[in-house]
Amino acid sequence: MMAEALLRIEALRKSFGRLVVTDDVTLEVMPGELHAVIGPNGAGKTTLINQICGLLAADQGRVLFAGEDITALPPEQRALRGLARSFQVTSILPGFAAVENVALAVQARSGSSFRFRGRAAAERALNEPALAALATIGLAERAQVPAGQLSHGEKRTLELAIALAMAPKLLLLDEPMAGISREEADRLIAVLRGFKGRFAMILVEHDMTAVFALADRVSALLYGRVVAAGTPQVVRADPQVRAAYLGEGAP
Amino acid sequence: MSLARLPPRRFSVPLSSSGVLPAAMFALFAAVPVIAAAVAQSYLIDLATRTMIFAIAAIALDLLVGYAGLISFGHAAFIGIGAYAVGILSAHHVADALIALPAAVGGCVLFAAATGSICLRTKGAYFIMMTLAFGQMAFFIASSLAPYGGDNGLSIAGRNTVAGLALLRSDRVFYYVVLACLGVTFLVCRSLVDSRFGRVLRGAQQNPIRMATIGFKIRRFQLVAYVICGAFGGLSGFLLANSTEFVSPAYMSWQRSGELMVMVILGGLGTLSGAMIGTAVFLFAEEWLSDLTENWKVIFGPLLVLVVLFARGGIIGLWSRLSPSVHDG
Repeated sequence: MMAEALLRIEALRKSFGRLVVTDDVTLEVMPGELHAVIGPNGAGKTTLINQICGLLAADQGRVLFAGEDITALPPEQRALRGLARSFQVTSILPGFAAVENVALAVQARSGSSFRFRGRAAAERALNEPALAALATIGLAERAQVPAGQLSHGEKRTLELAIALAMAPKLLLLDEPMAGISREEADRLIAVLRGFKGRFAMILVEHDMTAVFALADRVSALLYGRVVAAGTPQVVRADPQVRAAYLGEGAP
Repeated sequence: MSLARLPPRRFSVPLSSSGVLPAAMFALFAAVPVIAAAVAQSYLIDLATRTMIFAIAAIALDLLVGYAGLISFGHAAFIGIGAYAVGILSAHHVADALIALPAAVGGCVLFAAATGSICLRTKGAYFIMMTLAFGQMAFFIASSLAPYGGDNGLSIAGRNTVAGLALLRSDRVFYYVVLACLGVTFLVCRSLVDSRFGRVLRGAQQNPIRMATIGFKIRRFQLVAYVICGAFGGLSGFLLANSTEFVSPAYMSWQRSGELMVMVILGGLGTLSGAMIGTAVFLFAEEWLSDLTENWKVIFGPLLVLVVLFARGGIIGLWSRLSPSVHDG
């Protein structure tokens, strides 16, 4: 065996009615590793992410994180243990300034939030780490703009800043490149490359350029099952993956 | 995740109320006894007292509805519990505010904690229905309190004493006590909104799933907000019973809960000072329109529809659009 896995999913199973969306999925993520999950639409990628972060309860199986069984924990408990996520459909607080979106993530892990006095928006201990996270992903100049008024690409990167401010051990990225331009995607790839080694990541992505540029290992999902797993080269060469997803002539 | 969601407020409406408008309102309230004496209209004092008492409850309701996004149709129950605490204690010859006020607020805190923890297991329309159901439960319990007047209500021998002194007997003193309570309520709620706690509430209103995934157990925050809202309702009820020297189940009818919602929406959700303005407009309109006709709600109803349709953000919203330079809420 190699080093202890940071995340270990064991025989996870989830059905919606008669439709099995997660079918006996077992998967390991090593510390510092970027593990990509690919698969066509409806393969069960987002459902898998939701079960890892706790928004959905699995029917069967276990989720182990940093040596602890977190299968029964609610999402906020998982978040405080170092599981951060971004959403496929942008999920931000539109009425708050960008910096306040991030500062809330800092606030969640910086003392009690049952404080009834003092302006939270003026707390330097919350704003400084938040501004630092925004600077890392190149959004510092937009810090005071209401998040709802940011461009689509900026909202996607804001999600990353929120996740970053959570001091994650594992970052779950659900299609961070969805709907953004090639230039923005390239910038995002550079940002994610900068994250590599600082914490582990699971990257769900359709953008194969991003997957093959970033992933240490890839798992391919098809109808809720892992049909191939291994290095990007191995998965890319897998005939089932080629037939189902990449198609002929894919990168 | 468990909440009735309102659309996020427009960005032009400031998050907290500060400055000119609330200051002007408090100055006006402070001047009412003088004005009433000058124009020899003593009913103005009664009306303004009533307005301030309901404004306390309305501000607390705005905290819940406007900032936490939790729509409660059972808020009158807290006013009723606070009022009945005064009435029942008084029936047993306990007429001191040092006992009655903690009993009124404490009773509401307990009721809010017990019912809120159940209501918050539901969301959306179900949350509204649950608050309504518990409000009606309180109403029917009050109606069935035969030793305390049942349906007919209960007269109170006189206003509470304070540490044995009959301080509140003077209408003018009582008026300024109510004004002070309103001031405290407003300042406390304004501080809450801007605090860490308030920011979690406001965030959860906008996107509860996001708040959960960054690490907040939002239901706990919402429950505390519900309890705080109930506690101020209790204060309002305590003052109301002392003001009218009478309590009845009608204080906690669901219509009263609905009127409180109307006051908050009329003034402008999520502004705090809007709740004060809405309460004043509602109660003064009730007073004056009901002089014109018994069916005053036939006039008031369409007015309300117009405000909601054409003055999004209520009277405060209208105000900030007419005077964009005045950044006030």
